[in-house]
Amino acid sequence: MAPRGLPPLFETWFASKGWQAHPHQLEMLARADAACQLLIAPTGGGKTMAGFLPTLADLAEGAHQGLHTLYISPLKALAADIKRNLRTPVDEMGLSIRIEDRTGDTSQTRKKAQRVDPPHILLTTPESLALLTSYEDAPRMFAGLQRVIVDEIHALAESKRGDQLMLALARLQSICPGMRRVGLSATVDKPDEIAGLLARHPDPCDILVADPGPDPDIAMLVTDEPPPWSGGGAAYAIPAVMAEVKKHKTTLIFHNTRAQAEIFFHNLWLANEDSLPIGIHHGSLDRVQRERVEAAMVRGDLRAIVCTGSLDLGIDWGDVDLVIQVGAPKNVKRLVQRIGRANHRYNAPSKALLVPANRFEVVECVAALQAVEAHDLDGETRGPGPRDVLCQHILLRAASGPFEAGALFKEMTSAGAYAGLSRAAFDDCLDFCATGGYALRAYDQWQRLQQRPDGQWQLRDPRAAARIRMNAGTIQDTDTLKVRLKRSRGGKPLGEIEEGFAASLTPGDTFLIGGRIVRYEGLREMTVEVTRNATRKPKIATFMGTKFSTSTQLSQRILRLFQQQDWPELPDHTADWLRLQRDLSRLPEPDRLLVESFPRDGRENLCVYGFAGRNAQQTLGLLLTKRMEEMGLAPMGFVATDYATLIWGLDAVGDPVPLFDPQALRDGLDGWLAGNSLMKRTFRGAATIAGLIERNTPSARKSGRQATFSSDILYDTLLKYDPDHLLMRITRDEAMRGLVDFARIDEMLARIDGRIDLVRLDHVTPLSAPLFLEVGKVRVDGEAEERLLAEESAALMRDAGLTM
Amino acid sequence: MTGLPFTLAGAQLTALGSGALWWEERSILCVSDLHLGKSERMARRGGTTLPPYETQDTLIRLENDLQHTNAGTVICLGDSFDDMAAVGALPEEDRLWISRLQAGRRWVWIEGNHDPGPIGLGGSHLAELPLPPLTFRHIAKPGKSGEISGHYHPKVKVQTRLRTVSRPAFLFDSDRVILPAYGTYTGGLRSTDAALKGLMRKEARAIMTGQTPRLVAMPR
Repeated sequence: MAPRGLPPLFETWFASKGWQAHPHQLEMLARADAACQLLIAPTGGGKTMAGFLPTLADLAEGAHQGLHTLYISPLKALAADIKRNLRTPVDEMGLSIRIEDRTGDTSQTRKKAQRVDPPHILLTTPESLALLTSYEDAPRMFAGLQRVIVDEIHALAESKRGDQLMLALARLQSICPGMRRVGLSATVDKPDEIAGLLARHPDPCDILVADPGPDPDIAMLVTDEPPPWSGGGAAYAIPAVMAEVKKHKTTLIFHNTRAQAEIFFHNLWLANEDSLPIGIHHGSLDRVQRERVEAAMVRGDLRAIVCTGSLDLGIDWGDVDLVIQVGAPKNVKRLVQRIGRANHRYNAPSKALLVPANRFEVVECVAALQAVEAHDLDGETRGPGPRDVLCQHILLRAASGPFEAGALFKEMTSAGAYAGLSRAAFDDCLDFCATGGYALRAYDQWQRLQQRPDGQWQLRDPRAAARIRMNAGTIQDTDTLKVRLKRSRGGKPLGEIEEGFAASLTPGDTFLIGGRIVRYEGLREMTVEVTRNATRKPKIATFMGTKFSTSTQLSQRILRLFQQQDWPELPDHTADWLRLQRDLSRLPEPDRLLVESFPRDGRENLCVYGFAGRNAQQTLGLLLTKRMEEMGLAPMGFVATDYATLIWGLDAVGDPVPLFDPQALRDGLDGWLAGNSLMKRTFRGAATIAGLIERNTPSARKSGRQATFSSDILYDTLLKYDPDHLLMRITRDEAMRGLVDFARIDEMLARIDGRIDLVRLDHVTPLSAPLFLEVGKVRVDGEAEERLLAEESAALMRDAGLTM
Repeated sequence: MTGLPFTLAGAQLTALGSGALWWEERSILCVSDLHLGKSERMARRGGTTLPPYETQDTLIRLENDLQHTNAGTVICLGDSFDDMAAVGALPEEDRLWISRLQAGRRWVWIEGNHDPGPIGLGGSHLAELPLPPLTFRHIAKPGKSGEISGHYHPKVKVQTRLRTVSRPAFLFDSDRVILPAYGTYTGGLRSTDAALKGLMRKEARAIMTGQTPRLVAMPR
């Protein structure tokens, strides 16, 4: 097909709207025949239309039968939104094009119908696509597929969801050799890397970079009241935020976690004297509630919406003219993308305000503003494709019918992230899927996959296909429980809370969900029953939320800021706070390591300001607590942020120098890799994705931990009897790359070169205070637990008047 | 060997940190809910292929307890196998291992709900075993006394000064003791569950397993 311009019908339609197609939209049309095409455009740049124009132009000719274009987005909501947005031009141009979405929310009947008679355009998510490829009839359903559009590919490229998607695309490409791939991405630091993931390896991928538009109008919100020393609520800023909401048409108020969004929304309502229509939107809310907010937003009924990353990606919310980011942005790239949500008009500057939640975040916000101004985006390179996702893909492939190992290997290595996969590594994964891959060959008779006489692999028990599909997916959500209002016949669903949080509730406790305070009444059939209650101060729901880590670059900017004699660019309160820290203790320096030691709440605390990023600080926490355990200091746990690690235990550390001996730390690495809870957490994720642990079984959901034993037992067993098992290797690799990040510890140790300053104080310091409120505390099992249990046992028996 | 002594119906018993019960006077070691062959059963039924080491791990711990106590009698309190087919599927070396453990001592398999039939391994097979003043059976019977049972896999959760600790535990009162599950691949039932609260007297106590067994009031 020759490169083409805008068909007359489309030209007329654009003209009737008084619009003109953007240059990059026309360019995408001209390059419609490219096997692989990546478009980088800022938010509001008409990216999605650019992606769909060639499809619509093709389909307008009316000759195509069956599925033409598959659209994949990271969010269910985005798929629904795009469906709405595509409908308008299609209907107005009078095109007969069937557009449908397919997500976890689509009904079973609808899903079945789609497999039999697919629409022209199917909008879906990576998870739903992976499932689609696992059906025997996949080749029939996808026959004739011309194009795949991966929207917001920059977001998918950062996670295992992206790896899963690219493996599914490799599968699709085998079914439809002529399929063309299109990626749509927001502004990123390294377009080449994303292009490498998108293209069929080793094919090239065209990159088209649209005009980035004018610089955003971005500032830090100035308030009369100073932010607190710690905490993430930003309650102090409520009046100022309310004033901004009143001044603007529609404001998006972003938060880093769901819990923070809930608290902020609650406080905003209390301050909402004019009863402005304000909504809340996050991933733990019930779908019906979310859809109601989305619809109100589209109609322009809402003046503000308090949200989390669930609104991060390009849903078109109409006339947003202000974006407020509450809490430190953590990452400059993400900040720029969020800011782009304001003013969805191309070539108009977006307006944004940063609201630091505490004084440390003031520093971070100022550093981020400087980075945005300098167009200094940050990014990290991801390693090779994870093998747990590979295992899941092999199982899904088996569910769709018999396969030949060599052909599957070839197919999988055509996904960029797996291009370097060796045949031996692939065979390991296949063996794991088939037999469990244990040194002790126990399951010859009960293999999951069996090799037929003709050499093809297939499921031993065809019924296993349903179980495999039920457990597909790479998103590791903590187990959640549904929350409902208590009624005689099942009350209104409100949303979900984490199982661990639910377990901590006793009847009468109150918590926030969807902006209202509810009272916990009890647990019924794995549903949390609550009643409305507006009188008590809420306990806070602990949603998992997404935790971003501050980029290296931003950390370095902060350290440099600390070194200034004074801080004219910071508000007085924050400059005062830094001065106070300097007076009471010291400020961290780039070439020294500051370590503070102080008692609090009956424990001894050690705060290590390594500024090495969350993962490395986490590893440091693990290594240090292990050393402390050996030294008899009875550590109990730690928490890490991007700039520091706080360790608590029963005894104080007198001399930190032996703790930081580089050789000892490195030697400790292997030892602790074995037995800590972070490894167990990593293992749990990998084992679930790889299909060793089933989250869902055909029988109804089991009653949580009572019926099943924990993945920790499996980890301990493998560690003892089969430490080199594939899943243990995956766990180690993943930990080293993601959670461990030992390279940055090395870098930090080299930077400080033994210059360690221990400051002993009798109370918490200004800089360490925020750490006490961090979530994600890691517990350390050891001597401390035995000592505490002995104490408690003695006290309990004494209180109860019991003796032996 | 760490253990915590207590009395039931006048018999002096010791709860071992491993989860086994030791009746020194009669030289009896009692363990419950070994669930041997659990991973084999899961794979057989089309589930996942769990690390097939739990039988080995359970037997190692049992062997340790036998070495320390040199018990003359071993009573396996039911659910020793995850199902009857798992008995047949036991690898030859594990059968030999069990035979070695049985050598020179009396061995009793009590019938459980997972393994209701006779087990084709050495030792005697009984629905229950009265050894006055005590009776050994798999599932506790309300109203009985001097009873040793298992089945429920009890565990308790204790709020210490700074942390919540949850572990498998013995539950006991003046009528009975319920043993924790001894098998490696076993979950637990909280002592706060209605089934356990209904069986145990209000003043019941719990002994948490672990490096050093700990006595606490049974959390209800």
